[in-house]
Amino acid sequence: MTDIQTPALPEIEVPAESWRHLADAMVNVELDTGDMILNLGPQHPATHGTLRLVVRLDGERVIAADPIIGYMHRGYEKLTEVRTYPQVTTLINRIDWLSSFANEVPFIHGAELLMGIEPPARAQYIRTILTELSRIATFVLFLGEMALQVGALTPAFYGFRDREHVLNLIEAVTGGRFHPNFNRIGGLKDDLPWGWISECRNVMKTVFDACDTFEGLVAGNEIFETRTRSIGIIPADIGATYGVSGSNLRASGVDWDLRRDGKPYLVYDELDWKVWTHPDGDSFARYWVRLQETRESARMVLQMLDQLPAGPIMAKVPRIIKVPEGEVWVETENPLGQMGYYIVSKGATGPFRVKIRSASFSNVSILPWLLRGVYVPDIITILAGLYFILGDIDR
Amino acid sequence: MGEEPAPLDETEQALLDRLEQELGDGVIEHADMFGTLVVRVRPDVWRRAAEVCRTHLECDYLSYVSGLDWQPAPREGDEAGGDTSAPVQPTEMTFGVAGSEGRFQVFAHVQSTRRHWGVTFKTDVDEAAPRVDSWVSVYPGADWHERECWEMFGFDFEGHPGIRHLYLPSEFEGHPLRKDFQLLARSVKPWPGLVDVEAMPGDDTPTEGEAAAVEETPAEGGPVEPPTEDRADD
Repeated sequence: MTDIQTPALPEIEVPAESWRHLADAMVNVELDTGDMILNLGPQHPATHGTLRLVVRLDGERVIAADPIIGYMHRGYEKLTEVRTYPQVTTLINRIDWLSSFANEVPFIHGAELLMGIEPPARAQYIRTILTELSRIATFVLFLGEMALQVGALTPAFYGFRDREHVLNLIEAVTGGRFHPNFNRIGGLKDDLPWGWISECRNVMKTVFDACDTFEGLVAGNEIFETRTRSIGIIPADIGATYGVSGSNLRASGVDWDLRRDGKPYLVYDELDWKVWTHPDGDSFARYWVRLQETRESARMVLQMLDQLPAGPIMAKVPRIIKVPEGEVWVETENPLGQMGYYIVSKGATGPFRVKIRSASFSNVSILPWLLRGVYVPDIITILAGLYFILGDIDR
Repeated sequence: MGEEPAPLDETEQALLDRLEQELGDGVIEHADMFGTLVVRVRPDVWRRAAEVCRTHLECDYLSYVSGLDWQPAPREGDEAGGDTSAPVQPTEMTFGVAGSEGRFQVFAHVQSTRRHWGVTFKTDVDEAAPRVDSWVSVYPGADWHERECWEMFGFDFEGHPGIRHLYLPSEFEGHPLRKDFQLLARSVKPWPGLVDVEAMPGDDTPTEGEAAAVEETPAEGGPVEPPTEDRADD
């Protein structure tokens, strides 16, 4: 046996404030007695990007959950202050990258309100069609992916396959599959290409078929129902105070859709359509509502293709876009929920301040409340059911 | 805003009347902003305004809480440096809808999912000691919004249960959305803007930088040897 000598410590004076980080770590260790801390992410397939969830577990149950966001924070609110209005659309395309076109609409609409420009009817119709197509693309992917998160692989492929048809349509018009950057203040960059309308009608048939497939394969599946029914229930009043919006809130029985109830925008008041709600508020309800809304969107697209007016696609707009002094708040019903821009203009070529209200940010902020007491496998189901895009959280 | 302010419609007037009934002289100013009622309240009734909305106006839905900095961003030539690429904004401080007393404001929007109306609230924040009451006790969803506002503007939310960084790392210094915080990307490398400094391939006309370099070249003639010695280690 040899004596074990303690190694000599270098005699360096450590300033008191440098111990702060160590102290932070110690606090966490002390709180852990008996529980387990599980780190979900930042690279988790259920997070659509880089969301980190720190959950404290007692056995298999969650005691507390803390979502840590900001891994993709790009500072768009600051960046808009050094861009001109037409340049800002490039940025806001990348907020919710699954439905980029729908992001552009409220911002452009706000700028048009401030400038007093009324886009022509045809432009408004094409905007509405493309917005609904983005909604279909987003939801069809969701319908497949939600099944993937509860363990069924095949529907995910169906989801990606059917979304491809819709993306091809968007690409044919705008030239961009994910980031169209197609809206202009006063209208659109281009008109629809030849033969697009009949092609669009065909694709809508595919969308109806896809919905039927998902209804039978996923929503009607006993295992899926067991995994999602009464999981992650959001009561309507709690959801509203957290700012949960869109399909997530409608799945809690709140009959509120900004396309119908908000200030009129685009051409939704000229269409015959229905707002779908579900009283349950659980993950299954969220799946079911989005399934119905996909069909409803496809119906709306078909109606608009029938009613599509002829005419110009751009209003008369000055060559150099200067937006008069003023403020405007514009909110729209995006696939993920309420998307809003508070634009402050001081009469320059670029905005003075833009507050971006993105849907996923508030949808995810309910997670600490929602995840308490659920089991670990249900975390994934709940995350998938809320359906967020990290770019929409982090901005 | 030189134009005549737009009149309030019936719903907005009713909402405003109820707010004035509950808050008294806490309501400083109001305006219509393209169909949205904007109400500026005194900072001491900020939380009370949220409670009134929640209980009396049926506004059950919190859309956002955020901040405003009305000070113009410093331009080039100012001491703080500046950004020449950004659109030119007015250099004097002006305030938007419903006015402001100073540089900072907090604003928030609440809505009713049943009645489909909404109110935007604004309140002034003191520049020297920026603090405002927290809304978390009324609308729990204000938690993240106020954390974002705290780190981006440096406003203190009194009564917030656990204010800490939301997006930025905890050792981040400064408040990025304040106008005097220069955009980091621009301070590292100036934005080239419209001037394309690099010559295109096949473009013979020298750019400004190249023209200066040509003048400095010694006119002794003969091919210039490339400096090979530095590469001897490779």
